Amino acid sequence: MHQIITPSSRGKDLSILLIFIAVVLTAPLWGSLIGAGYPDLLQKFAIFGLFAIGYNLLFGLTGYLSFGHAAFLGVGSYVTVWSFKLLSMNVIPAVMFAVVFSGIFALVIGFLSLRRSGIYFSILTLAFAQMSYNLAYSVLTPITNGETGLRVLRDDPRVIDNALGVTLEGSPLGDLFGITLTGYAGFYFCAAMLILGFWLSLKIFRSPFGMKLVAIKSNQTRMEYTGFNPRPYLLSAFVISGMYAGLAGSLMAITDPLAGAERMQWTASGEVVLMTILGGLGTLFGPILGAATIKYFENIFSAINLQVLENTFAFMPEWLGGIMVTITRPFVGEGWHLTLGVLFMLIIIFMPGGLIEGFRRLSRLFGGKKAASETPAAESEGGVK
Amino acid sequence: MSNGDNDFVLSIRGVNKTFGGLQALSDINLNIEKGKVHAIIGPNGAGKSTLLNTCIGLLTPDSGSITFGGKDLTKSMTPHAINQAGISRVFQTPQIFPELSILQNVMIPAFAKRDGAFSFNPLKALREEEGILNEATTLLDDLGMGEGAHHHAGNLSRGNKRRLELAMCLIQHPKLLLLDEPTAGMARHDTNRTIELLKKIKESGMTKVIIEHDMHVVFSLADRISVLAQGAIIAEGTPDEIKGHPKVREAYLGSAEI
Repeated sequence: MHQIITPSSRGKDLSILLIFIAVVLTAPLWGSLIGAGYPDLLQKFAIFGLFAIGYNLLFGLTGYLSFGHAAFLGVGSYVTVWSFKLLSMNVIPAVMFAVVFSGIFALVIGFLSLRRSGIYFSILTLAFAQMSYNLAYSVLTPITNGETGLRVLRDDPRVIDNALGVTLEGSPLGDLFGITLTGYAGFYFCAAMLILGFWLSLKIFRSPFGMKLVAIKSNQTRMEYTGFNPRPYLLSAFVISGMYAGLAGSLMAITDPLAGAERMQWTASGEVVLMTILGGLGTLFGPILGAATIKYFENIFSAINLQVLENTFAFMPEWLGGIMVTITRPFVGEGWHLTLGVLFMLIIIFMPGGLIEGFRRLSRLFGGKKAASETPAAESEGGVK
Repeated sequence: MSNGDNDFVLSIRGVNKTFGGLQALSDINLNIEKGKVHAIIGPNGAGKSTLLNTCIGLLTPDSGSITFGGKDLTKSMTPHAINQAGISRVFQTPQIFPELSILQNVMIPAFAKRDGAFSFNPLKALREEEGILNEATTLLDDLGMGEGAHHHAGNLSRGNKRRLELAMCLIQHPKLLLLDEPTAGMARHDTNRTIELLKKIKESGMTKVIIEHDMHVVFSLADRISVLAQGAIIAEGTPDEIKGHPKVREAYLGSAEI
């Protein structure tokens, strides 16, 4: 196991951040090399990356497994659409309201759920999220528009826009002072938010606050008898991660101005758990890597249909091709979650530290000592006899 | 007793505790003098650890009071509030943070001492906390653990985990340090090293309550000894008085040579 919190130098942190920014901003370039060079998919990388980075601050650092973070995603989306409807198509107030409201929502749910720990905490968060989902789906229809989903309409008040004489032209899309956030403009707005989110996460990883969160995960009893009250620390982490989820939900609604209740369902909460673990729980880069990996493979596998399969196996004799199609069929298209399940199992069994651990092993294998000594893992490797 | 009440750091008055039908503590009265090392000895199951647990908020006594710094610790005080008031404890099973480095293990309690039970500044960098970094490094150097302070604490031997936990308590400069068998399970030379260390701390005037089975440790450190048997204090006095006490010999020491 490697040390999560390292007293890294200022220069090293700065270079980490700069490399991250460079990788994110050049995404359209490297994306096109792996067949992901279009804004819709890159946006998903950024949005789910943010969701997972924030989730990791709770689950990765404190070890508290929340099964209800999709609720904050949903709140972020609804608030954003309402901001579009009532105030303006400008995304700045929309994002700010989404983050604030999801933070308040997380404060309430966190305050109640954190009265318990372990499995009981997880169940409480799951219960709250499912309650939110059901409320959004039925009872709160006036606010959420239930099954149909909340969307921006032409005759919405949009007080600020009307006061400024801005009229809605064409389909309603998020707007940043005149720039319509669609296509690559949308991606770069999400990318800017991702960079901001990553920067904050890096700061927390390097702070005494982050170290205390890991200490709570490591030995909560000791923490209490050392003079700390763990509850407000956990609640802070919960609210921060809830705000990340709210921001991610807001970006979803900005790039596609529609908010539906299914965004709050427990499967969405489960997905972020998978992303975080798949990439590397408690690591700086793991969650975003996990999010991008899952969204990338989802994009590839869910697009494969019967036709594609038949073409792929066309070179085989007909009887063999038929068998191959029958075998592979359940793993693609609608059934891509089966592939995800297999992928997840393989990684957890052979690399419990996630993809990040895989990269560490590779760098040790090929880069020898030099590469290994640059990773924080090397420090603790020295301690293992 | 000749001392006025003001010289007592901790006063335990009439404490009772039962577990089901078992009387774990019965009418315990104990005063811990400032700057002294007070040892509590007694056979297994005598209630020694239970008594310490009532002092740190882990257990609430059925009746009686435990006064520390003018506050009654039994009146719904949380463990962290008791620590903030000035009581640190070394547990029987070492309680450290295995996932953090040795240095970070010592920094955590220093933060508790400086910033209180909660402080929120996620934008401050750990490397900027030079005061606490230096304090922790110096203490670890003093304890001979300075080398490899960046290693995982989880990989330490049991004896070293105990020493680390002691360091975690010492960095808080507690008004009262509670030690639950600080040398149990240690090899002889580790035990001697710990005794040397505790003697050094003794000179600093820190008040300590120590539970210990090893009579060698007890008699080389304690200023005063209380003997606990079946939940009651059967004798109290200086080490010499205890050595010669007939009731103690009978209840605890048996025929063993001291």
